[in-house]
Amino acid sequence: MHPTQSLSQIPIGQLARIVSVKQCAQMPDCARQLSELGFLPDEHIVVLRRTMPGSDPLLVRIGVSTFALRLAEAACVEVALGDGAY
Amino acid sequence: MREEKIHFHPSGPLIALVGNPNCGKTALFNRLTGSFQKVANYAGVTVERKEGRLITSLHIALRILDLPGTYSLYPRSLDERVTCDVLAGRAQGEKRPDVAVCVVDATNLRRSLRLVLAVQRQGLPCIVALNMSDEARLRGIHIDEQALSAELGMPVVSTVATATDGDSALRKLLDDPAILQLRANPESLSNATDNSGQQTHADHERVQVILRKLNLDHLVPDLKTERLDRFLLHPVFGPIMLVVLLFMIFQAMFSWAQVPMDFIKDTSDNLAVLVADLLPDNWLRSLIVDGVIKGAGSVVVFLPQILILFAFILILEESGYLPRAAYLLDRLMGSVGLSGRSFIPLLSSFACAIPGIIATRTIPNQRDRWVTMLIAPLMTCSARLPVYALLISAFIPQTRIWGVVELQGVIIFILYFAGIVGAMGVAWVLKRFTASGRQIRPLMMELPPYRLPVFRNILIGLWQRTQLFMSRVGGVIMVLTLALWFLASFPSAPAGASGAPIEYSIAGMIGHALAVVLAPIGFNWQIAIALVPGLAAREVAISSLGTVYALSTTSEVAQSLGPLIAENWSLPTALSLLAWYVFAPQCLSTIATIRRESGSWQLPVVVLVYLFALAYLASFITFRVATALL
Repeated sequence: MHPTQSLSQIPIGQLARIVSVKQCAQMPDCARQLSELGFLPDEHIVVLRRTMPGSDPLLVRIGVSTFALRLAEAACVEVALGDGAY
Repeated sequence: MREEKIHFHPSGPLIALVGNPNCGKTALFNRLTGSFQKVANYAGVTVERKEGRLITSLHIALRILDLPGTYSLYPRSLDERVTCDVLAGRAQGEKRPDVAVCVVDATNLRRSLRLVLAVQRQGLPCIVALNMSDEARLRGIHIDEQALSAELGMPVVSTVATATDGDSALRKLLDDPAILQLRANPESLSNATDNSGQQTHADHERVQVILRKLNLDHLVPDLKTERLDRFLLHPVFGPIMLVVLLFMIFQAMFSWAQVPMDFIKDTSDNLAVLVADLLPDNWLRSLIVDGVIKGAGSVVVFLPQILILFAFILILEESGYLPRAAYLLDRLMGSVGLSGRSFIPLLSSFACAIPGIIATRTIPNQRDRWVTMLIAPLMTCSARLPVYALLISAFIPQTRIWGVVELQGVIIFILYFAGIVGAMGVAWVLKRFTASGRQIRPLMMELPPYRLPVFRNILIGLWQRTQLFMSRVGGVIMVLTLALWFLASFPSAPAGASGAPIEYSIAGMIGHALAVVLAPIGFNWQIAIALVPGLAAREVAISSLGTVYALSTTSEVAQSLGPLIAENWSLPTALSLLAWYVFAPQCLSTIATIRRESGSWQLPVVVLVYLFALAYLASFITFRVATALL
């Protein structure tokens, strides 16, 4: 079992599974909104690109949809790295 | 210029279409209802309400309601709140739907099913329409309709909204009168009030179970979209492509619109002359010719540009590029405390601030929405161009700088640029000095897969936006134009008066009073008077100047006003007036739209005050610096 880390830190193209979505101090509503968009435990997720300067916002793919997330938003999502690349 | 009447069909059963954004719900709605559509607003809120009619094979008229797209029944934006309220039967003046058709993106069952479960919990009979089923098949997603129907306990049909007859399965289901006798799933009613995060998680688990049973539980790549994104979202090529695209849109907006704009202008001028010849010379003729015909003409003349811009925006929206443009610009907008979502309203404002302000509805964050409305009037709208053209051709020589660039073109560029910089500056100040401005703005924006735009949907969208613009704006502008005509015409000049009649009117008196205030920025009393009717629409100031200088006909204004002011005004005065036009709220219709869209008086008053202050400051600096240097 891999240790968990935040979505904002995992390398591009690395397959991962969401473990939990935690509350964020700067954006109180963040966790709820993320869950409603489908950022929920056990979902597969992968970071597609972080090409903008400062890698903010970054592009992630979850299930069959692509989202642009702020770094601070991605930091709320705890993931466990899976095996293999996307 | 007529107010669109709202037709309710209170007799027919009401079917509501519910779904996530980008699930093809509106395309399916267009497919089902064809041209039987009415666009209006929901009572009390500025959210677009689309209702259509579908005649079944048994000649029963069904009312079809296209609810705003939503991800959940826990609303984030105004649009989403309306959807929740209608489904719960809480919406003001709105009947509770008899059946909810949950339009589901077949390529994204995972997320759509959570909404289906939430709608089912509202206690409404539901049907699931598996939309984009062709795309799902292409991507290797096979959904067993019967198994899904059994799992959910509701009818499931496949649809392809973009294909002719792609809605036949759904039509067939709606043809059956038994569908209206559907009962809500009784167990679903038990926890209808529980809408908390816990419910989201419970739904999620149920969806996971269903997906596992149907063998749909894995991450599916979208290779076509990713290949395009590799280029269009590239850190270097992406922004370059965006700038090129915007440049092309602007080119098209100004060059393609020229012919229809000239046509509209000529038609309204000819009509004015024609009517003027038919009627006796009295105040009624002046009202009809100068107030109604010229007032309407001055608004409708911008319709071609607005339509071209809207057509491009619709194509970009349908193709899936628009959210990507917002993504590319997010950093830039973020630096002044806005998100990429403000980009579309600001882009529209280059044609006219009014559709731009209406477009802010898509911004979920209230603060971002208000700031966007606040700065939208600073984008150089096309109504400023006639004023710029007059002043520049009269005062700026047709020379080239360093033999390559036209000086007149450079001045136009500086004026556009000053507006953008001003807007960014205002947004930055608000970010820096307000508590809400320092918070991190949420983004969480979905980038839908690229799709080829469907011509029919673009035409329908264009038609609806035109109707909205004309009905929303037409009334306001007419009233303001007529009010200002009244100010400029009464009281009439005393017998034997030497000056132009407008000098003796209320507008003239206001102008003479204003001249005292405006003297420090170099404006003479003629300019001050022309600015008053110019509040109806910016370019009206030109014909008013013509009136003040006692030029009688339109063609005379076009030919001799330039040389006349070049002779009478100093260069610093002209530059100061240009600076004034960059910032001043010389358009009461915009202010009225802000009042309407924000639902408060606070915002329009703030806009009026700060824009006048900014304009005065800019003109003062321009005038003083120019006087000192030239």
